[in-house]
This record gives sequence, structure tokens and C-alpha cells, in this order.
Amino acid sequence: MRAIGYADEIPPGEGRTFAVDGEMVAVFRLRDGSFRATQAVCPHKGGPLADGQIDLKQVLCPLHLNAWDLTTGCSLSGQPDLTVYPVGVADGKILLGDLS
Amino acid sequence: MRTRLVVIGNGMAGARTVEEILARGGDFDITMFGDEPYGNYNRIMLSNVLAGVEDESGIFLNDLSWYADNGITLHTGTRIERIDRFAKRVYAEDGTETPYDKLIIATGSRAFVPPIPGIHRPGRGYHQGVFAFRTLDDTRAMIRYAREHQRAVVIGGGLLGLEAARGLQNHLPHVTLIHAAGHLMNAQLNEVAGETLRATIEAKLGIEVVVDGRTTEILGKNAVTGVKLDDGRIIPCDVVVVAAGIRANAEMAAASGLAVERGIVVDDQMRCLDEDDIYAVGECAQHRGEVYGLVAPLWDQAKVLADHLTGVNPFAEYHGSQVATKLKVAGVDVAAMGLKAPEHEDDESLTFTEPKKGIYKNVIIRDGRLVGATMVGDVKKVAFLMQAFDRGLALPEERAELMFDLGGPAGEVKVDEMADDEQVCNCNGVSKGAICGVVQGGCKTVTGVMDKTRAGKGCGTCKPLVQRIVEWAAGGEVEEDPAASYYVPGIPMPKPELIEAIRLHSLKSVSSVFAKLGGEEDAKSKMGLASLLKMMWGGEYVDERDARFINDRVHANIQRDGTFSVVPQMKGGVTTPAQLRRIAEVAEKHEVPMVKLTGGQRIDLLGIPKEKLPEVWADLDMPSGYAYGKSFRTVKTCVGSDFCRFGVGDSTALGIALEERYQGIEGPGKMKLAVTGCPRNCAEAYVKDLGVVAIDGGKWEIYVGGAAGAHIRKGDLLTTVETPEEVITLTGRFLQYYRENANWLERTYAFVPRIGIERVREIVVDDADGIASSLDAAMDASVAAYRDPWKDREQPATPGQFRTSLPLTVLPQVPVRA
Ligand SMILES: Cc1cc2nc3c(=O)[nH]c(=O)nc-3n(C[C@H](O)[C@H](O)[C@H](O)COP(=O)(O)OP(=O)(O)OC[C@H]3O[C@@H](n4cnc5c(N)ncnc54)[C@H](O)[C@@H]3O)c2cc1C
Ligand code: HEM
Ligand code: SF4
Ligand code: SF4
Ligand code: FES
Repeated sequence: MRAIGYADEIPPGEGRTFAVDGEMVAVFRLRDGSFRATQAVCPHKGGPLADGQIDLKQVLCPLHLNAWDLTTGCSLSGQPDLTVYPVGVADGKILLGDLS
Repeated sequence: MRTRLVVIGNGMAGARTVEEILARGGDFDITMFGDEPYGNYNRIMLSNVLAGVEDESGIFLNDLSWYADNGITLHTGTRIERIDRFAKRVYAEDGTETPYDKLIIATGSRAFVPPIPGIHRPGRGYHQGVFAFRTLDDTRAMIRYAREHQRAVVIGGGLLGLEAARGLQNHLPHVTLIHAAGHLMNAQLNEVAGETLRATIEAKLGIEVVVDGRTTEILGKNAVTGVKLDDGRIIPCDVVVVAAGIRANAEMAAASGLAVERGIVVDDQMRCLDEDDIYAVGECAQHRGEVYGLVAPLWDQAKVLADHLTGVNPFAEYHGSQVATKLKVAGVDVAAMGLKAPEHEDDESLTFTEPKKGIYKNVIIRDGRLVGATMVGDVKKVAFLMQAFDRGLALPEERAELMFDLGGPAGEVKVDEMADDEQVCNCNGVSKGAICGVVQGGCKTVTGVMDKTRAGKGCGTCKPLVQRIVEWAAGGEVEEDPAASYYVPGIPMPKPELIEAIRLHSLKSVSSVFAKLGGEEDAKSKMGLASLLKMMWGGEYVDERDARFINDRVHANIQRDGTFSVVPQMKGGVTTPAQLRRIAEVAEKHEVPMVKLTGGQRIDLLGIPKEKLPEVWADLDMPSGYAYGKSFRTVKTCVGSDFCRFGVGDSTALGIALEERYQGIEGPGKMKLAVTGCPRNCAEAYVKDLGVVAIDGGKWEIYVGGAAGAHIRKGDLLTTVETPEEVITLTGRFLQYYRENANWLERTYAFVPRIGIERVREIVVDDADGIASSLDAAMDASVAAYRDPWKDREQPATPGQFRTSLPLTVLPQVPVRA
């Protein structure tokens, strides 16, 4: 796991995009305090997922409102699935794991 | 290679046959051609669309996604012109050709338009004001035209003509029905029944009926002005609807060499005469000498053909259908089946009449079986009679029981006594067993069952029976259909209840609403709740930024590439050279990729990256135009009396005043307004959520519920007032009433018809409910709370509010060490 930013860069219930080795990763801070990380670019038509609305389960892409499960990356509306990354927080830093 | 199945005609029979084939697991490579530009819709519901009791969107049976989901290639708006039976290809109007292995013709029929002089205009189709009644486009055109005219004549007094006449009354005040035969519905009813029906139609509905009336000419030079009858009478009118019967669309088949008489001749497997691979179903087919004009037979035909084609039962045979007719006119009950008069000497015929009440009943019995029945004015026994007729059931000894409920609770079919395979919905061919199966599968709401089985979605007369079966099958556990009435999907409450609960618990943030009322946070509900709470609490609303959609987080409209558009306010569409110069400078400085005029009379700077928004706002130093929210958008105006030589009111001044006052007000949907300086309507006020039209005498008309987006609707006239001040007050009151009562994303074009313009007028104009002052006060509070969101640019509202979310340029690595 490596640190990619600070937890307080992300307001509760929102997402922000981070660049990691040239890859774009969207990190979300759920309202229960946990974090999720997915690929940042929507597989549908390239929408910015970090600008989407989330709840404890899903993220809605802001462009056409397709939905994905934040934990598994599975599409909930018939689109390709998202890549998800292990993510955690320690000492206020966001730690991103490698793809398993 | 899979067998290639081509279907010509994407109407009720064509699509139903394909559904039946898919239901049997048929493995075909299916291509469908439809002349109309839509998926398959329920044609019989057009009467209800015309009568305003059903919405257009509610009548679609197969929308375009259904075709895609089932791997069907659909060519809409494509007419097939010719079949080459030897090369096995069909040729479309647009020059394309498509090969088939099996071909189904389901071209239905069209309106028969008698060759009356004046009905056509050379080179222009029908004379202006003349309509047929067959397709959705016909219905739309008819509604549009009728609304702007006063008098309609319907030619033809059959089922279709009666339904057209009733529907037209919804749009204009005077309707006359002209029928060439001696009594109405002469194909189904005998003379006495037809006469009873006429009396009811005239007395109850106020439709004038002319029987024995042969139309000899349609009058009018540029548009219809009247019709002339053979006795010399002239009936003035500006709309003519022709409902004089139908003709099978069989010319294309005939020209391609198929056997055609009144329809395309088919055998008991719906196969065209002497053809191995061509079939015909629906109204275009002629089977054992019969050409049908109702849907029930085509359900049977579709099943037989599907059984045959898929090999489920290659020897399935269609033996013709018993047809029963019902009139779909609210308040005028007519049902007829089989014979309308005795034919043999020993046929029993029983008749009951009560002319004062408009009741006529007749049943005809042959060899102890029901062979005909007519019910006018009282159709309580129809369900029972239909079963008896359809299945040849033994009839009660006490023949009067066929017409009346004698003793006992009967009157209605007893659900527990019905056989499982008994058909409940004759329009869509749904049995009691099918309904019970869906209920047992866990669906316990009447609407849910109707959606799944389509029962009750045809003419609608079986709805009560469907309801009783669902109740019976669910053993008293019927559930109300929940979600339909919710304001947002995640909180199980309709809007009024939700508002009450929010007040009761003083819930001022979206998360507290979920915690108290919803259980779980729901992304799809956040935005709607945020809008509602803001409207309810104004300044006290606890703004959680994640409840906002991205547009509202950054006060700009997100574009397809993740950039944003910036639309500064330009009240009433009026600008100044200084403003234009500033916009030009900003556009140059920031290398704005596109500068465009919007449909709302403003200037749009497109392609601004999120991180540059605050800087662009600062350079513009103009207020936000709110071109991104579910909110008050713009007031379009025309130049009005200041400059226009036609203008009778100062539309620009009023438009600016309206925008000044209501700018930025949020609501359940967008609110687009316009003010136009005379009825020429250059600012398109008739098709706005609220449109104001200056009329002669210094008055102003206010229209509400108009739309000219994907949905087009002319607004309803709310009222006419004397002063601009009244316009401003009523605008605020109407918008507030809409804000408080509309469902999330329900635009005024749906909201106003749902509530009814009369009711809206009672509340907003006449203050019948005594709530006008509280509506005004609530609006005042919202107006007072307005603050230009583009002013909040110095300090981001949240960390990274304007940080880019897309790899437009790859972000710098965040310098943090592990
Ligand atoms: C207003 C109205 C009310 C009605 N009410 C009732 C009712 O209450 N009860 C009842 O039982 N019936 C009713 N009917 C009749 C019922 O709608 C028809 O029986 C039914 O639609 C017939 O289905 P079909 O598929 O044979 O024809 P259609 O539904 O007409 O479908 C034929 C389709 O084929 C297309 N087509 C034609 N030629 C070509 C070509 N060459 N190439 C490509 N496409 C072509 C047509 O455009 C059309 O879309 C009503 C009809 C109308 C108009
Ligand atoms: C006196 C005669 C008229 C003249 C000289 C005139 C001129 C114009 C001009 C110059 C435009 C702008 C075109 C543009 O945007 O490039 C326009 C737009 C328009 N006019 Fe007219 N017009 C006249 C009458 C009318 C009438 C009577 C109507 C309505 C029935 C009308 C409806 C419209 C509409 C809807 C627009 C588009 C508005 C928009 O951009 O949203 N015009 N007209
Ligand atoms: S609506 Fe009337 S007043 Fe306004 S510009 Fe058009 S013609 Fe002139
Ligand atoms: S009509 Fe509207 S939604 Fe469609 S492409 Fe144009 S701007 Fe976009
Ligand atoms: S781009 Fe994400 S849903 Fe379309």
C-alpha cells in the first residue's frame, strides 16, 4: 500500500481523482467513514466518476447516471464493470493497494 | 446459419407474433420493418390518448430497447414496397433489400377514406383540417389541430367514430357525428339498440348525431369550413375526422403476386396461399373468408403461427375467432357479441328495454347455446355472457339470469369458480392462471401484475376483474403499488407525507432524512431531497455538498468531456455592448473552445475545465444564469411594444422584472418562462412552463404547463390579468404551488394536467383553498434568500471543489511520502 493523498482532501460523501503512476483513480469517502477506490474514467463514455453521487453501495456517473457497486466494481445497469482498488486510511493518509 | 425471419409491419400483430416466438425459445435471426417511426404501441389506446385519459408514453408495448434486448433488428419508418418470392428478398422504399428464409406479413389496415369531393387537396394529401384516425401520428395531429378550432364533424358512427367523437370533445366544444346507415354501430347492433345508443350519446355526451347522412362534399378553400350532405344540408365545421371503416393493407402483397381478396388469403396455419415460407397475421390476413378488425383474433393467430414456426407444434391450427365488441367511451356502456338478431326460426330471442334509462338488452340462444348478445347502458353481465358465448357453456334454465342478477350476490363473475385457463383480459389474451402465477411469484400489487401480464392494459374494461383476481390470489395480502407514488425512490413516501414527516422531525439535512425516514442512504434520491429541503427550510437548510449533483456543486453544466459550460445571466435576453465586450474578452483570454447562443437567449461559453471556473466567473463578473440546475432558468422575451410594430405590451420590461425577482429559485424541475409582446408569440410563450402573452387592451394572458422539449405541449390558459404586477404575483404563486406539490423531476407539462388546470386556477387565481398568502410568503422567503452562487469563488466550499476529475491533463503526483 502506498499513500496517494490526505483523507481530508475528500469531503464526506464525495469523490476526488488521484493520479497514480499515470493511472487515474477515483477515491470516494463514504458517509460511514470508509473509503473506496475505482478507476476514474467511466467505461460507458468516459465520464468523470469522481464527480458522481454516491451512497454506501453505489456510484452514479454524472453523465448518464449509470450505476456501479463501489465495493465490487460490478455494473448495476448493464455496462462493463469497473476496476476497483484496495484502499485504506492510516494517519490521515489515503493508502492505495495494488490490484490483486 | 440461423434461420432469417423477416417481419413486415411492426404493429400489434407483428410484434405480438415475435413475442410469442421468443417465448417459445424460437431461435431466429429476426428483422422487422415498420412504416411508423416508433416501436410497437397499443393502437386501441389511441382512443384514450385522444380522450386525454391516457398519456402517450403509457401506450407503448415494446419500446426500442425491447428490440435491442432481444437481438431484433428493427427498421422504423421503413416501408416495404415489394417481395420477391423467388429470390426470397424484400425491398424497402429506401432501396435496401433484405433476404429472408421465413417471412411474416403483418401490415394491418388503414383508414378507409371514401372518395368525397374536397377530402383531398391535389399534391397535399388530405385537405387542411381532415384527419384519419389510425396511428399515433394521426392522433397527435388531430389533437394539435382540434385544440385550435371549434367544430368537428366525425364521419362514421361505428366504434371508431364514436370513440373519436368522444375524444374530440376533450379538445373543442362542438362535435357532430354523421353516420350513413340508419342507426349507430350498425355492424354490431340492431336498430333498437342503435337508437338507444343514439339517445344516450346525444343526451349524456352532447354529441349531435345525424343518421342516414351521406356526406357529398367537404367545403372550404384553404381549410375545411363545413361538410355538405346529400339532402343539401350544410354542417359548418373546421375539423373533419373520417372513421368510415378500414381496408387491409394488402396491395403490396398483391403486387408481389400473393393471393389477395379482401385481405391476404391464408390457410389454418396462417400461411399464404401456395407459399411455403410466407405467412400473414393480423388485420391484413383473410382467414376462411373473414378479415378481422379487432385485436382478440390476432392474439390467437399469433399463438398458432408461433407454435408452427418454432416447431413447438408444427400442426397448430387456427379455426377463426368469436369476436366481442366493447365501446371505450366513459359513461356509455355498450357491448355486443355474435348475432344482432335471430336468424333461424327456432332461435330464442329475449329482449329487455328501458328507454328512459338508456338500457337495452338482448340475448339470442340457439340449441341452448348463446349465439348473440347486446348490452347497452348496463353491461354488468357481460363478463359472464362472454364466457358463455366463447366456450358454448350451458345456460341457466332461468333465462332471465342471462340479463339480470336474480337473487344471490352474483352480478360479477365469481373468481374462485373461474377455470384457470379462462381468459380475463380479452385484449391482451391473459388468463386467470397467468395472473395467479404472477401473484404466487411474489408480485402482489395490482399495477405490478398488470405490468407483468399486460392484463387490463388493453381496453381496460377488465381491470376490476383483474383486481379481484389479484386480491383473491393474494389471499387478502394485496399490496398497494408503493414506488409509483414516492417523491424519490429511496424514501417510501409520497410528497405530502414526506413534507409532513420532515416538518415533524425538523429534518434539515439530507443525511438526517435518510437516517430518520429511509433507513439507508440512496444516491438516486439525494438530489431530489436536497431540492425539497432547500425549498422548505430556506436559510435553515443544512447544505451537505454531496447531496448535490455535480452541476450544483460547481454551479455549471457538465459536458460530455467532463468540462463545463458557463452561461452568465442575461435578463430577458437583453444585453449591452459593454457586456458583449466583456464576454468576448473572457472568451479570448481563456481560449474558450466554443461560444454559442443558447435556446434561452443567452450566451454560452463551452468547454471550461472545472479548475478554471472561479477564474472565469471573476473575469466575467456577471451573475450566474442558472443554466445547470433544476431551477428557474430564463425568461425569453421578444422586443415587444418598444420596437416591434405589432407589439401591444412591454414584454422585455416584464420579462426582465420576472427574471430579476425569481432568478435562481430551485424546484422539482426546470422552470423556463417567456413573455411575448403580442399573440404572434415570437418568444414562444405558449410552450413554456409559464408563458405570458400581451393582448390588446393592455392585458396579459398567463399560460402554464407548456413545453417544447422532447415533449411538446401548449400551455393551458391560467388567467388573464390587467397589470404586470399581477403577472409577477401570480407567477410566484404558481411556481411556489408547483415547487411544493410536484414530484421530483415532474415538469409543469405533466404536473398541470395531473392536477387539472381548473384546480390550479382555483388555488392560484381564485384562492379557493385560502393558501394564496402562504404560497406568496414562502416564495418571498425564497426570493429573499437568493445569493448569486458565482460570488462564492474566493473560498472553495469544500476541499478540492474545483479540482479536476478527469485526465484532460494528467494530474501532478501528490507529493506525499509513505
Ligand atoms: C383508435 C382505434 C381504436 C381501436 N380500439 C379497439 C378496441 O377497443 N378493441 C379492439 O379489439 N380493437 C381495436 N382497434 C383495432 C386494433 O387496433 C387493430 O385490430 C390492431 O391494431 C391490428 O393489428 P395489426 O398488427 O394487424 O395492424 P396494425 O396495428 O395497424 O400494424 C400494422 C403496421 O404495419 C405497418 N405497415 C403497413 N404496411 C407496411 C409496409 N408495406 N412496410 C412496413 N410496414 C408497414 C403499419 O404502419 C403499422 O404500423 C382500434 C383501432 C384504432 C385505430
Ligand atoms: C415582422 C416580421 C418579422 C421579422 C422581420 C422577424 C425577424 C426575425 C429575426 C431577424 C429573427 C432572428 C433570427 C436569428 O436568430 O438569426 C427572428 C427569430 C424568430 N422569429 Fe421572427 N420576425 C418576424 C415575425 C415573426 C413572427 C410573426 C413570429 C411568430 C409567429 C416570429 C417568430 C420567430 C421565432 C420563434 C424566432 C426564433 C427566436 C429564437 O431565436 O429563439 N417572427 N425573427
Ligand atoms: S410577439 Fe408580437 S410584439 Fe413580440 S416581437 Fe413578435 S410580433 Fe412583435
Ligand atoms: S438536443 Fe440537447 S441534449 Fe440533445 S445533443 Fe443537443 S444539447 Fe445535447
Ligand atoms: S459516461 Fe458514465 S454513464 Fe455515460
